Amino acid sequence: MQKKKSFFRKNVVFTIFAVLAILVILTAVFAPVICGERDPYEGDLAQSIMKPSAEHPFGTDKMGRDVFTRVLYGARVSLLSTFILVAVIFVLGAILGVVAGYFGGAVDAVIMRIADMMIAFPGLVLAIAVAGILGASIRNAIIAITIVSWPKYARLARSLVMKIRHTDFVAAATVTGSKTMYMLRRYMFPNTLTTLVITAATDIGSMMMELAALSFLGFGAKAPTPEWGYMLSEGRNFMQNAPWMMIFPGLAIFITVVIFNMLGDGLRDILDVRSE
Amino acid sequence: MGKKQLLSRLLQMLIVLIGISFLTFLLTYLSPGDPVRNMYTATGIMPTEELIQQTRDEMGFNDPFLTQYFRWLGNCLKGDFGNSYSLNKPVVSLLSARLWPTLKLTLMSLGIMLILAVPLGVLSAVYKNKPIDYFVRAITFFGVSIPNFWVGLLLILIFCVKMKLLPVVSSGGSFRDLLLPAVTLAIAMSAKYTRQVRTAVLEELGSDYVIGARARGVRERKILWGNVFPNSLLPLITMLGLSVGSLLGGTSVVEVIFSYPGLGSLAVNAITSADYFLVQGYVLWVAVIYMVINLIVDLSYNYVDPRMRLRR
Repeated sequence: MQKKKSFFRKNVVFTIFAVLAILVILTAVFAPVICGERDPYEGDLAQSIMKPSAEHPFGTDKMGRDVFTRVLYGARVSLLSTFILVAVIFVLGAILGVVAGYFGGAVDAVIMRIADMMIAFPGLVLAIAVAGILGASIRNAIIAITIVSWPKYARLARSLVMKIRHTDFVAAATVTGSKTMYMLRRYMFPNTLTTLVITAATDIGSMMMELAALSFLGFGAKAPTPEWGYMLSEGRNFMQNAPWMMIFPGLAIFITVVIFNMLGDGLRDILDVRSE
Repeated sequence: MGKKQLLSRLLQMLIVLIGISFLTFLLTYLSPGDPVRNMYTATGIMPTEELIQQTRDEMGFNDPFLTQYFRWLGNCLKGDFGNSYSLNKPVVSLLSARLWPTLKLTLMSLGIMLILAVPLGVLSAVYKNKPIDYFVRAITFFGVSIPNFWVGLLLILIFCVKMKLLPVVSSGGSFRDLLLPAVTLAIAMSAKYTRQVRTAVLEELGSDYVIGARARGVRERKILWGNVFPNSLLPLITMLGLSVGSLLGGTSVVEVIFSYPGLGSLAVNAITSADYFLVQGYVLWVAVIYMVINLIVDLSYNYVDPRMRLRR
């Protein structure tokens, strides 16, 4: 008789990366506790551009701020803005896609033509243009990436709704007098959930990189915010004398993206029966 | 693609272009920056309120939104995209001067990518679930997770600052100038393509004709390079088309890092200095190029895939 393995034993990879992801999130949440007295905004000019040492494990920047502290606080900004971005795209894309798929006709045509327009165009160009024109801020960078990214989710949600739109159980529910809002909430939206959650989970990493890219170009976070993409662009100017200023924020992005990509892949393997 | 389909595709492209142009125009219209004020400050003049109002009237910035939009669109159709006020030159000449460097960068990075991705992908598919496959998959995994601007910075740090092999600032002319930006762009792409090649080759290897050929005693190498590989190229072509398009628009980050004089760095500067005609012109250009390339890709199916020819 085979012993039933526990969920964690069965999904080792997923478990490992889930733990790592939680660690990253905890680091961000408890950054003030870990850093203690050190301030990510206030530096000591007498200590500017110092090599990594026991006191400053990642060195200091031109303002004498501790890079380690800024990277840790940067996790708060980068993670929070990425999660907000993914959530906004998810909700907007799901709502528009479900509505388009359920109602069909003119509503569908309008929503999907706008989506086609966004897809028929290199995303980053429009995102840069939108972020640049709205003005540099993290909020505007989130808006810009949302504008170019929602169609993917809308298309997915729409196709999933279309699949069950004309099945018997939906017809039965309509005939027995279910209200439209109830139909959407009870049947349509839940039907799209698994696929959309998988997509969102696998997108976290690339969304984080896109946000960092916008900040790097100067269309996202502004000084003195500790944001990884922006810190990289600061470090770029000091590459000759202080390479640590760009190595550690980049490493932070890289590691975080690897963890969330692995987590996303693991989640897909668990939830998506087809990939078995 | 039949004549009817082609016609509807062209119509679709036109609609998308009108939509894109409207969207960018609306955004610049709503944006807080004032182009007239920017124009004067760019030339070093501190304008009076009167002068600004007068110029606004002259340049038609006080007209209703739709009037302004259709005037701009009409001029664009005639090939006049307006003047850039930060650089004081026609937008058309600025864009066309930057098009070639970006195109060179795009083609070179695609070339490097193919050199890396095709052998790795085929290798990993042929030796599926062997150590070499795991190794390649691990590399591709890191490749898609590494931000390309960080790769660019690291490459500069290693090759330009530490080893002093290449110039830090590239003027876009020689092969040496192109190398690092192209490699930077190629790394992330190679990871994506290696996976794609692997999947495509695996799919073909599992099909019936391969079993048939093996049963007839055809040599494995001949099956792989004579049948499987050409057949798995098809999905690659679609992806290549998309990549050319997104590279033409998406090289901006890498161009900025390497101070490469291409379309992307021009656009970033235009946006930073609120040079709206230049931004609008750039977005429209990239949209047109992107769509034309996608159309060419779809048309090329007729030649690459015999099934498409038969379907007509």
